[in-house]
Amino acid sequence: MSGPVPDPAAPLTPSGNLRRRQIFSRVAESGATVAAIIAVAVLGIVIYTVVSRGAAAISFDFLFTGTPTGIGPAIVGTGLIVAVATAIAMPLGILVAIYLTEFAGSRMAGPIRLALDLMNGLPSIIIGLFVFGILVNHRHQSGFAGSVALAIIELPLIARGTQEVLLLVPGSMREAADALGVSRWRSVLGVILPSALGGIVTATVLAVARAAGETAPLIIVDSIFDGKSVSLNPFEVVPNIPVTIFTLSEEANPEGFTRAWGSGLVLVSFILFASLGARALLARSKRKMPT
Amino acid sequence: MSARRKQFDRLGDGLLYGICLVASLLSVAIIVWIAYQVTKEAMPSISKFGLGFLTSQEWQPNFNVFGAGSLIYGTAVSSAMALIAISIGLYLSLLAPAGVRGIVAPLVELLAAIPSVILGFWGILILAPFVHEHIEPWLHDTLGFIPLFGPPQTTGASVFTAGLILTIMVIPIIASISRDLFLAVPRDVQDGASALGATRWEVVRGVVLPSTTSGVVAASLLGLGRALGEAIAVTQVIGAGSEIHTSLFETGDTLASRIANQFNGAVTELHQPSLYYLGVILLVIGLVSNLLAQWIGRRFDYRRFSK
Repeated sequence: MSGPVPDPAAPLTPSGNLRRRQIFSRVAESGATVAAIIAVAVLGIVIYTVVSRGAAAISFDFLFTGTPTGIGPAIVGTGLIVAVATAIAMPLGILVAIYLTEFAGSRMAGPIRLALDLMNGLPSIIIGLFVFGILVNHRHQSGFAGSVALAIIELPLIARGTQEVLLLVPGSMREAADALGVSRWRSVLGVILPSALGGIVTATVLAVARAAGETAPLIIVDSIFDGKSVSLNPFEVVPNIPVTIFTLSEEANPEGFTRAWGSGLVLVSFILFASLGARALLARSKRKMPT
Repeated sequence: MSARRKQFDRLGDGLLYGICLVASLLSVAIIVWIAYQVTKEAMPSISKFGLGFLTSQEWQPNFNVFGAGSLIYGTAVSSAMALIAISIGLYLSLLAPAGVRGIVAPLVELLAAIPSVILGFWGILILAPFVHEHIEPWLHDTLGFIPLFGPPQTTGASVFTAGLILTIMVIPIIASISRDLFLAVPRDVQDGASALGATRWEVVRGVVLPSTTSGVVAASLLGLGRALGEAIAVTQVIGAGSEIHTSLFETGDTLASRIANQFNGAVTELHQPSLYYLGVILLVIGLVSNLLAQWIGRRFDYRRFSK
């Protein structure tokens, strides 16, 4: 047997091919770390700008009066539009989720799930065009049309989110209810839904957070307002925050920019608060889920 | 159990089943209805311009001449930039050390919570001037021999800035989806590769990517669909130009942003149907990319569960 005799005193550092592979891997990893840091930095810069510039605009008048001093009516309006949208989308979404998990065979579930995914992937401006065609064309813009558009955006989010938690409800609970002779509808409404409640609320809040910031459909169906007074009739045009920001951002008026930053801060704090809260709630309800 | 109660329960079962079924069928019907309604409203423009609409670059509302050529080009270019985002997102979520991922992933997902109108507003006031003063001149000086990087224009409103904004919007989607994919590859397979002496890069390249390829492609298509359909943020930063320019630093426009920009001001009889025609194009692209993503994703699911 011949060949190079290993030198027992050689240092234990890789050389040659292994060294090259390790360096390559390390370079790729640090590249990914740098990319990650940049992504977080962008988030930081955006939030910092909104907070620092928006804080200058926030005051009592800004939050509670109408144009030109404040955005009170738009805050109320966004609340109203989103509330109506959620009132439409939440029951529908939960029913669809119940159908998918409790009743549907695979032949029915496939197309419905596909429809939900397609709806979720639809550009929101298309939903705006659709609602304009059925509710606004030849009539007039309204907050209700905005709500219908936002409901279409919320529906797949609520349905898929609810479906996920319903699937987490242990089968033993369904079997226990069956064993006690409880009818299907009682076990769904009395056993399965209550134990999935935390997850359903989370899915809904996340959908609300997403809908509250949607601008594209509202530009088309609910955008012509002056924002001077509060409007609580959803069948009239209802002022809202996203369109306010968009309109102000298209005008070259520094004072308007300040108001837009302020509106942005109100909207972002609501959305971040809602989505962080919902995620915390989800983590908690998953822990409490019976196993 | 009394007979009445039994009857009542049977009624309850039927009722619950019925309304759940109706709600589900309604959600299928909405998709079909959306496609029908948008196409119907576009009909005047479709019958007037036909498929030539797709290539014609004329968009002159006052003369009732419309064409989507430059808009399709703008959509393609800005979304191609978002594709770069997709690779960054993947890279980030696959290769970063676990510690970094644990901190970064939730933060990056927060980025998805910021409404596009605010991102667009930030784009006009902060990003566009920065791009105009620093990034565009630098790219022009170093890569100016490529026609894409022409001389910077008067403001930062450009296809390039729009692409950057789309990039920012798409990264969180990709990052979160591909993180799930990473978790889908069994831990012991990854550990096995490491035990055989594979470096981290080799584990990702040789084990994780091959077994999640279809999932990765599906995630990318979903992100791309999002970029194609984004209207508001793009409208705010792209500058609403009507011509095709080779340079990325010139203004341009996309399908979705043209609709958002002009819908409320549409007066001439063919203007609104033409905007709907743009919607039809967008709808077709969106549905195709989504269906493709579903189809590829299903193959991925199948492979994962059959093991």
